[in-house]
Amino acid sequence: MTVITPVTTETVASSAPFWRLKGFPVIPVSILLFIAFVAVFADVLAPHDPQIGSLARRFKPPFWLEGGSLAYPLGTDHVGRDVLSRLIFGARVSMVVGITAVLVAGSIGTLLGIVSGYLGGWADQVVMRITDTWLALPALTFAIFLAAIVGPSELNIILILGLVYWTRYARVIRGEVLSLKQREFVRLAIVAGCSKSLIMWRHILPNVINSAVVLATLMLGVVIVTEASLSFLGVGVPPPKPAWGLMMADGKKGLMVGYWWLTVFPGICIMLMVLSANLLGDWLRVKFDPQLRQL
Amino acid sequence: MSSEPLLSLENLSAHYVSQQGTRVVRAVDDVTLSLKAGGTLGIVGESGSGKSTLALTILRLLPPAARIVSGRMMFEGENLLDKSDTEMRQVRGKRIAMILQDPMASLNPLFTIGDQVGEPLRVHDGASRATAWQRAVALLKSVRIASPETRVSQFPHEMSGGMRQRIVGAIGISCEPRLLIADEPTTSLDLTIQAQYLSLLRELQREHGLALIFITHNLGIVAKMCDQLAVMYAGKVVEQGPVSQIFSTPVHPYTKALLGSIPRMTDNRDHLTAIEGQPPDLASLPPGCSFAARCPMAFGRCRDEAPPEFAVGEGRTARCWLAVPNADAKAAMERSNVA
Repeated sequence: MTVITPVTTETVASSAPFWRLKGFPVIPVSILLFIAFVAVFADVLAPHDPQIGSLARRFKPPFWLEGGSLAYPLGTDHVGRDVLSRLIFGARVSMVVGITAVLVAGSIGTLLGIVSGYLGGWADQVVMRITDTWLALPALTFAIFLAAIVGPSELNIILILGLVYWTRYARVIRGEVLSLKQREFVRLAIVAGCSKSLIMWRHILPNVINSAVVLATLMLGVVIVTEASLSFLGVGVPPPKPAWGLMMADGKKGLMVGYWWLTVFPGICIMLMVLSANLLGDWLRVKFDPQLRQL
Repeated sequence: MSSEPLLSLENLSAHYVSQQGTRVVRAVDDVTLSLKAGGTLGIVGESGSGKSTLALTILRLLPPAARIVSGRMMFEGENLLDKSDTEMRQVRGKRIAMILQDPMASLNPLFTIGDQVGEPLRVHDGASRATAWQRAVALLKSVRIASPETRVSQFPHEMSGGMRQRIVGAIGISCEPRLLIADEPTTSLDLTIQAQYLSLLRELQREHGLALIFITHNLGIVAKMCDQLAVMYAGKVVEQGPVSQIFSTPVHPYTKALLGSIPRMTDNRDHLTAIEGQPPDLASLPPGCSFAARCPMAFGRCRDEAPPEFAVGEGRTARCWLAVPNADAKAAMERSNVA
């Protein structure tokens, strides 16, 4: 028996709002939105000051354990600071560092990718050889090296992460531009007498933004893990600022004597955020740009 | 205006050179053509005969591997080959505009029609966005787009193929160029839309006093559109002159073969007429006439010596030994034929 399947999914779905699209990662997006919400309203949400503690109440366990209290639901650390409040403010650090670092990396990489791809010739050679060299350096080691030179601060971390991760953008965007510049509308712009810079700005850039956004979402997870790693290693966000990586570093000595809540909660936060960002990025990648699938 | 032509190409050659310099492809070879203001020149030839390269040569937009090796391109009294890149950019779109092979894909999907039609005005005349927008509406009207006021703020995907094509035409004429080069602009359209578009081009040409270069492999379009015709083969113009004369009395065997291969309604033959053989490899042309190997009328001299352009009448030339004008030469030709 022949069953005529109606044309569904893609064509019909394209008119539906994006959160109704097939396979839209509802849970990861909710988690990301929740973290963003927490980060924005940290001042209101946090029950205690994240940076001031009292030695009288150090190493209190979470509330459901013997000796815990609802005043400090996730316990306190080695100087008596509230873990929950630090996690809440830590979300702000992760979000701010993650997003701005991705923006920095994205701007440098997209710019160089467009210039390199569109102009070709020696400009392309120079940019791509630098990119190759850059990619040959192990990212984390390179970031530690840079952090050791300029010293740890939130701004420096953002710049360092931007400098370390722009190469992926440059590669992908360049590839995109190479095919775009063969497109008929770019040739028409050339024939109409537009200058190279105008063509790059008006005809190439808007057409690569899609890929750049997909890549940015994928990079967000990578950048957050690197930020946490740097903070953990002591070359990231300087204490007493509450960064998740830093909290894990501070708590690691406590693991031996059973103060597990100092490391497990920030660990869960990092994991949830990175996983959510990656799942969203994967979905966007498949949805918007099947060409990026191999990356 | 004097009788000086708007555009005249003199012995123009453009070659592709391989990186080692060992292979030279003579894509445009010793082309001499001229076009008067308001005239229409058709350039026909099969694929790979150098038609499109010739168009790109006129705009000086050849790919990096290609070089203009000799000749002059006089346009409104200036040699385009003497211009700097910046000066050439001011010519493109402003004084010489071009419609590309695939106008369907010629619009940027991310910008409104108004932005794209107005773009050359903003680039060349420094028009403000608002002025360019106003002009865009007028231009859309002139290419017979219904309700241009609403169309102008729509995006390319909201247009039909024929409309997109006319919009590309509007972009072409937006800066009122003197010369419009159309490189096979109708190949991607169906026949009825083709006919509409061609008559639109004719009207625009009359209204704006445009000169038109029409690159095509469709002789029917040439008959309808053009008053001058140049037939290209293997990078050379083998025959040129007024369309009516070439159609009624073709001189070059290639032109004859081309005209003979047009199928006609009255034919009751079973087969289509084709030209035997393949065009030569442009990188290793034979010493003589490049058509000799396929030419039914070739004789000894054709294979040894490339024919120059002979005048074969008022404003007509042909590159063929059969077109040798005077009797002595004909006699010499016959002698060599016997030997």
